[in-house]
Amino acid sequence: MAPVLTIRNLRKAYGETVILHDVNIEIEEGDFLVLVGPSGCGKSTLLNCIAGLEPITGGSVAIGGREMTKAPPKDRDIAMVFQSYALYPTMTVAKNITFGMKVRGVDSATQKRKLEEVARQLQISQLLDRKPGQLSGGQRQRVAMGRALVREPKLFLFDEPLSNLDAKLRVEMRTEIKRLHQDLGASMVYVTHDQIEAMTLATKIVVMKGGVIQQIGAPSEIYNRPANMFVADFMGSPAMNLIPATVENGQVAIAREGDEPILIDLPGGASLPRDVVLGLRPEDIVEPGARSGAHVVPARCKVEVVEPAGADTYVVSRLGGAAVTARLSAETQARAGQPLDVAFDLGKASFFEPQTGARLN
Amino acid sequence: MSDLSGYTPERTDWGRFALRWGLFVILGLFALWYLAPLFVMLTTSVKTLEEIRTGSLIALPREITFEPWAKAWSQACSGITCEGLRPYFFNSILLAVPSVAISTVIGALNGYVIAQWRFRGADTIFALLLFGCFIPFQVVLLPMAKMLGLLGLAGTIPGLMLVHVVYGIGFTTLFFRNFYVTIPADLLKAAKVDGAGFLRIFVSIFLPLSVPIVVVSIIWQFTQIWNDFLFGVSFSSAGSQPVTVALNNIVNSTTGVKEYNVDMAAAIIAALPTLLVYVVAGKYFIRGLTAGSVKG
Repeated sequence: MAPVLTIRNLRKAYGETVILHDVNIEIEEGDFLVLVGPSGCGKSTLLNCIAGLEPITGGSVAIGGREMTKAPPKDRDIAMVFQSYALYPTMTVAKNITFGMKVRGVDSATQKRKLEEVARQLQISQLLDRKPGQLSGGQRQRVAMGRALVREPKLFLFDEPLSNLDAKLRVEMRTEIKRLHQDLGASMVYVTHDQIEAMTLATKIVVMKGGVIQQIGAPSEIYNRPANMFVADFMGSPAMNLIPATVENGQVAIAREGDEPILIDLPGGASLPRDVVLGLRPEDIVEPGARSGAHVVPARCKVEVVEPAGADTYVVSRLGGAAVTARLSAETQARAGQPLDVAFDLGKASFFEPQTGARLN
Repeated sequence: MSDLSGYTPERTDWGRFALRWGLFVILGLFALWYLAPLFVMLTTSVKTLEEIRTGSLIALPREITFEPWAKAWSQACSGITCEGLRPYFFNSILLAVPSVAISTVIGALNGYVIAQWRFRGADTIFALLLFGCFIPFQVVLLPMAKMLGLLGLAGTIPGLMLVHVVYGIGFTTLFFRNFYVTIPADLLKAAKVDGAGFLRIFVSIFLPLSVPIVVVSIIWQFTQIWNDFLFGVSFSSAGSQPVTVALNNIVNSTTGVKEYNVDMAAAIIAALPTLLVYVVAGKYFIRGLTAGSVKG
């Protein structure tokens, strides 16, 4: 079966300004692809290019195995949910949802059946006669999704659909979108700047920066083996600790202010250059004795800040000149200004080249 | 921040009272000042000539007569014909209604294209149209006369219509463009994804949103075209003159006694439609504003 979406060597430029450089993406039926990156990384532009709302400068786009590079949006068999919901303000909810079908000349009996079906699915049946202005943010969001669902497209496109909702509703709708994806088995492309949304929703993540794809992979791969320091820093909260270190005689040395450096045996005898940046997730700095193995090394660190976060407590120390956060249990005895015994688990450690930021191991 | 609990208002209740009433008195005086001419026109128009000659300008009429109104409407002489304002009033309606409609529709389409379907040079075209708003009437008189001559429309109502439509497009485009740029681009994108085309999107989505700005455009264009004198006097001939030109001719006809009451009645008749548009459309305008405030 042909992939649902194939993007080859896509390039997008406005005059001299290049927005997207050589983008290559492929997704299979049922994939949930999340495009994630900071503001201005080109992710929304890329989505508009997939939708056909922006012409592309070079390369090709195919949807469902059919060449679509020059096709207008209506011929691409897509549906789109926008950040601002983009509901037609003068139409009722029912008219908003059926507008596309009306334009395509679907007979009114089918329109009615599909409308009822989708309204039931999204629990908006009681809202069908209202105007968008009379709805809450969450309800508008549902209507916008309903408008996309009735289309039954090959590919759903979501442009930061949750960013206008408040925090609680956002988490609810996130779960709802995930459930929808599971129930429909539909293929989706989803744009967000929120890395938690990306991690929770995606089957496949594309991390972008400055119009260049940094890494494509499953969420666990992106999280555990970031391709470079940008991805390492962007994905995960609190962010991955990036600690300048030196490698000598098969040992990693992390400098400490007013103390002996911490020396850790390199796992797996990897060969590394002398200067590296050690990438360590906050949950890989643990209480001594919590984990065992050759790659777990105890060390005593001076605590700078203690941040209780309910289930966990984040403890900030300073190593190699960088702030280092450990995710410890809420029962930790850490006190600001006091030394604390912790253990470094290098089992999942990443090493990066300090200049280019590229992954070394 | 300083503690506000010990704050006492410096202005006493009496001071606030005096300030408010002072304001009312001043505003009232201004209102009287502006209404005075209308008062004089109205009272004079229902006085007999005899009373005008003997009484005071601002006195109330001793006995009310509507004869001057009837005369202004159907008998007053302008130049050599004595048909009153009536034929010219209908000329003006025949001229203003289509001109307002055409220039509003063109302005709406222009604004829609310039604001929502961005194309190369859209800003330049908008700037040029905007520039058209600042060209004084007098500058275009000669070129326009030449144009109308070439088109064979000189001295006709359609010719005058063309002049007003062309002159109005700059303003109506400006209104609609500025209204449509406030509509988020996502709305157009959503409609495109839904499969709607250029005109469908305009008719189904943008026009229903446009009630307030359509009313603004109608008020503006109707007032401009109805009240216009210069184009009317320059580009019309005996049968096609608008009401403003006729009014001028009636007032300036110097045959016999000067009938101030008829002049006043004629002036009020000529001004009534614009007043009516303000009263009727103004209400829709407010209603349109509240209906249009629904955000997408």
